[in-house]
Amino acid sequence: MQRFLNNPDDIVDETVAGFVRAHRDLVRLSPDNARVVVSQSAPQQGRVGIVTGGGSGHEPAFIGYTGRNLVDAVAVGELFSSPTAKSFHDAICAVDGGAGVAVLYGNYAGDNMNVKMARKMAKKDGIDVDTVVANDDVCSAPLAEREKRRGVAGEIFMWKIGGAKAASGASLPEVIGAAQKAIDNCRSIGVGLGPCTLPQVGHPNFEIEPGKMELGIGHHGEPGMRVEDLRTANEVADEMVKIVLDDHDLPDGTEVAVLVSGLGATPVNELYVLYDRIEQQIEARGLKVYRPFVGNYFTSLEMVGATLTVMALDDELKALLDHDAASPGLTT
Amino acid sequence: MTAITNKGSGPIIQEIAAVIVENKAYLSEIDGKIGDGDHGVNMAKGFGRASDRISAEDTLTDAMQTLSDVLMAEIGGSMGPLYGMMFSDMADHLEDTDQIDAAVFGAMLRAGLEGVQEIGSASVGDKTLLDTFVPALEAYDSALAGGADFAAALDAMKAAAATGRDSTIDMVAKIGRSARLGERSRGVLDAGATSCCMILTGFADGIKTRLT
Repeated sequence: MQRFLNNPDDIVDETVAGFVRAHRDLVRLSPDNARVVVSQSAPQQGRVGIVTGGGSGHEPAFIGYTGRNLVDAVAVGELFSSPTAKSFHDAICAVDGGAGVAVLYGNYAGDNMNVKMARKMAKKDGIDVDTVVANDDVCSAPLAEREKRRGVAGEIFMWKIGGAKAASGASLPEVIGAAQKAIDNCRSIGVGLGPCTLPQVGHPNFEIEPGKMELGIGHHGEPGMRVEDLRTANEVADEMVKIVLDDHDLPDGTEVAVLVSGLGATPVNELYVLYDRIEQQIEARGLKVYRPFVGNYFTSLEMVGATLTVMALDDELKALLDHDAASPGLTT
Repeated sequence: MTAITNKGSGPIIQEIAAVIVENKAYLSEIDGKIGDGDHGVNMAKGFGRASDRISAEDTLTDAMQTLSDVLMAEIGGSMGPLYGMMFSDMADHLEDTDQIDAAVFGAMLRAGLEGVQEIGSASVGDKTLLDTFVPALEAYDSALAGGADFAAALDAMKAAAATGRDSTIDMVAKIGRSARLGERSRGVLDAGATSCCMILTGFADGIKTRLT
């Protein structure tokens, strides 16, 4: 694939620089750390700060969810690589308004370690930090070992709910509780049709044969759990819905939020092709789609493929999902 | 032939860094088979940057602290904190020790291993750098206990590190990104175990050429 590149080593810094320029109404760069993006509306005295972070290459995640009533600061890592403990710590400090900071991030070995270290550093500063670790990716481990599952696009719902709860003036335990409920209620699956390439590495980090698809593919090109023949869009949508809902025992009539995201190189129109069938299948299983989101919300460089996330809703989650928020990646 | 001086041994870290930088593509390639293919890139960036900030007169303590600072503050990922803690705890252990003999070096490695185990949550057999580090240190300690001199113990460590690295081929990953692949992670070297072998080998070679 041909790319718009200067020096590949500079790609993350240049991405952040361009992002902060383009969205200066909503975000700014931390004056202390060029790898921390902060909301223009943070910190707010007496309000719980919301921090996340992760590797680059998933834009608009993670930086794109920085904004009003959403994420307050994001620690930015190298492509597909966890941010440093220092960046997580600087992000925490940047949004501390005296009411504590909720770090809402995905379940990856590097992020777990770096957040753990950042939390220790913040404790020395007297900042109260608690965490929620997203683990919505159904195919990454059995349900009985949910704590081993990866965090994927369900993180967006976790941030939205946590950010809205913080905006309501809730305490740190209440914000953590709402964000935890959001991610507990999320199930996701990714389907990959083509790999991606880290520009510095220069070749695809795995292969998908023509005519095949990988079910359960990870957000960093982690190979899927099952390779099958590629079928029609409707059949793939059916399989995605089945895997996600079979993992989630939802009572008849449950209202759900649905997020279909492209992985980077899949044309947006194909996401709508999938969504048309996905909603029909979800409703055929007795559920009601309360609010859908379709687009490139959480990508993996130029991977070809899509993810489906379903979040079961109750009245609290519905209100928090609909609560006013503005960020480059999501506005409600 | 029993010790090296701490002062002036900082370049050992530069020699290790040169090996890591030289193997950037190789480490990324093996990482890409079951991980995301960034191990070599991030390791080369961290070790390379640290190398530029180390001077020939530096102590090994200072050089390891410099490397740790770069890994922790500028690299991230999972190798940033893991190797960052390892080199930081090894530097803390050495502090201003003047002569590094076989016992001091062994205790320094032990401190580094404990640092890795504190921040990570892996065990031997999980297909991680511990599968290189733990048997290498065991071999070193038992060589010394058996009466070997510093150089011979370093050779035992090198050999065990390579064997440990190669043992990860037949393992199923239990931690990190590759863990989600289960059986599909078998048959490939672990990138962390491989870079750990390069680091330990670099220490052994660097010390042996400086022994007085």
